[in-house]
Amino acid sequence: MTRRSWIGWQFVAPFLTVFALVFLAPIAYSLYLSLYRTKLIGGTSFVGLENYSKAVEDPQFWSAVGRVSLFLVVQVPIMLLLALLIALAIDSGRLYGSSFFRISIFLPYAVPAVVATLMWGFMYGSQFGLIRYLNDWLGTTLPDPLAPNLVLAAIGNITTWEFVGYNMIILFAALRIVDPSLYEAAAIDGAGQFRIIRAIKLPALRGPLLITTMFSIIGSFQLFTEPVVLKTIAPNAILTYFTPNYYAWQLSVGGQQFNYSATVAVVMGLLTMLVAYLVQARAVRKAV
Amino acid sequence: MVSAPTIRPQARRKAQPPATPRKRTKSWSLTAITTVMLIYTLLPLAWLFISATKTQDNLLGSFGLWFHGDFALFDNIGRTFTYQNGIYLRWLGNTVFYVVIGAGGATLLSTLAGYGLAKFAFPGRRAVFALILGAVAVPPTALAIPTFLLFAKAGITDTVWAVIIPSLMVPFSLYLMWTFSRDAVPDEILESARVDGAGEFRIFFKLAVPLLSPGLVTALLFNVVVTWNNLFLPLIMLKDRNLFPITLGIYTWNQQAQTVGGDVVFNLVITGSLLAIVPLIAAFLLLQRYWQSGLAVGSVKQ
Repeated sequence: MTRRSWIGWQFVAPFLTVFALVFLAPIAYSLYLSLYRTKLIGGTSFVGLENYSKAVEDPQFWSAVGRVSLFLVVQVPIMLLLALLIALAIDSGRLYGSSFFRISIFLPYAVPAVVATLMWGFMYGSQFGLIRYLNDWLGTTLPDPLAPNLVLAAIGNITTWEFVGYNMIILFAALRIVDPSLYEAAAIDGAGQFRIIRAIKLPALRGPLLITTMFSIIGSFQLFTEPVVLKTIAPNAILTYFTPNYYAWQLSVGGQQFNYSATVAVVMGLLTMLVAYLVQARAVRKAV
Repeated sequence: MVSAPTIRPQARRKAQPPATPRKRTKSWSLTAITTVMLIYTLLPLAWLFISATKTQDNLLGSFGLWFHGDFALFDNIGRTFTYQNGIYLRWLGNTVFYVVIGAGGATLLSTLAGYGLAKFAFPGRRAVFALILGAVAVPPTALAIPTFLLFAKAGITDTVWAVIIPSLMVPFSLYLMWTFSRDAVPDEILESARVDGAGEFRIFFKLAVPLLSPGLVTALLFNVVVTWNNLFLPLIMLKDRNLFPITLGIYTWNQQAQTVGGDVVFNLVITGSLLAIVPLIAAFLLLQRYWQSGLAVGSVKQ
């Protein structure tokens, strides 16, 4: 911290200009839209909070929220637990070729969600999928992952595949900067691997785990690309209100209901922020 | 959070003490268990490569994880680039354009702002900070629909700006560059340059940017990934096929199979997908040293 002057504004201004344009303005415009309603006859009129009460009673909206909440509660813990176990395994120094493991498991992060979903979707699928061949070989009838009742789990697997390595790298990075003298002290005390994990490594991971949890919560609530792409493979399993984002998109593009679409986006943004904030409040308290 | 160890980025790149003493005996059983995860990770990529070597007919009639029939990879690549008057090449060019302007611009803006926030005590700094930290919690996808509604009103949907402008703002990248600026650029160097009479922007580009380069490469790489891989934004903003990035193009090729009378080109969808992921995977492999240390600093140091 060196200069007390207005010169800092010159550095921050370009970012803030874009920030105003693609963050503040869209939010303000959506709030404005959400207070109006457009009818074919009678034009646009101010309706107060009517769109919000409509959303509160909208079963399709809540069905979408319920779906992403279920996704959040099941997929996020599985993914983060896997990421944690791999990070601990690689950090233990007991793996042959540990850097190969680290890089390879991270690689799916570089794959676009479109491609990830298409790959898994084709592998799941009945046309040239692997499930069909497994059934042929084993004489089984495995359930179709793209059936309506399983498609959410199928998406959970895709997002786990995409992000487990990313989360693992963040956790692993935190383990790398643990003070080595702690391990020496533990060795003198004769502590075993599991005791070291519990007493030294897990406490060091608390901050990074909160951050990865926050990003995962946001990702779950905002789920969009995977279901949209999967719909081109399994059109009957994905409903137009599959996730809140999907629903808002359908309302605006498919239904021309811009006011209600804006309302759904606002409510979902608030819900996401609320849940993320509750987690983030603990993680970022010390930042400024 | 528990006191995170603070480290300077340039210091930790030099000497990385092994986290757990390296003399530990290797374990075959742990390696075997972790290999299960490795197979899970690499299996779809293997499937993609193998499938890209098959013709449309063989794709449907053969086991996905082994080669079958003629090795049609090069034929598929050729057809990917010539199908529909070579639109794939155009999509690839669009993606590169969006990435250079969008991700490049985002990195420049967030480096300037991160440095400004870290090195100047200007009036209103705390307010700017609070605003941006709050924005980190709002994901870009939550803003996509509101931005679309605004851009539709302004009449700039279906133009390149509709994709580029939202890509320019990445709060997390600003956060990363703020951390880096604070730790990697010593105040004393800046002060002595000022004593010599150098202007602030000259100091930034000549002195700060070289010191910030590990963080810059990390931020740039992750901004490139986000822009390259984005589907949501172009999907809602664009109608003109000539403006599509590669992700949206591949999506529409796959969609053709669902439309009545649509041309089914799974082999091109698959080959196009393979070609689309090669540049990013190559970038991550080549720049390993940078992003691994960069991520460590950005994510651990809160």
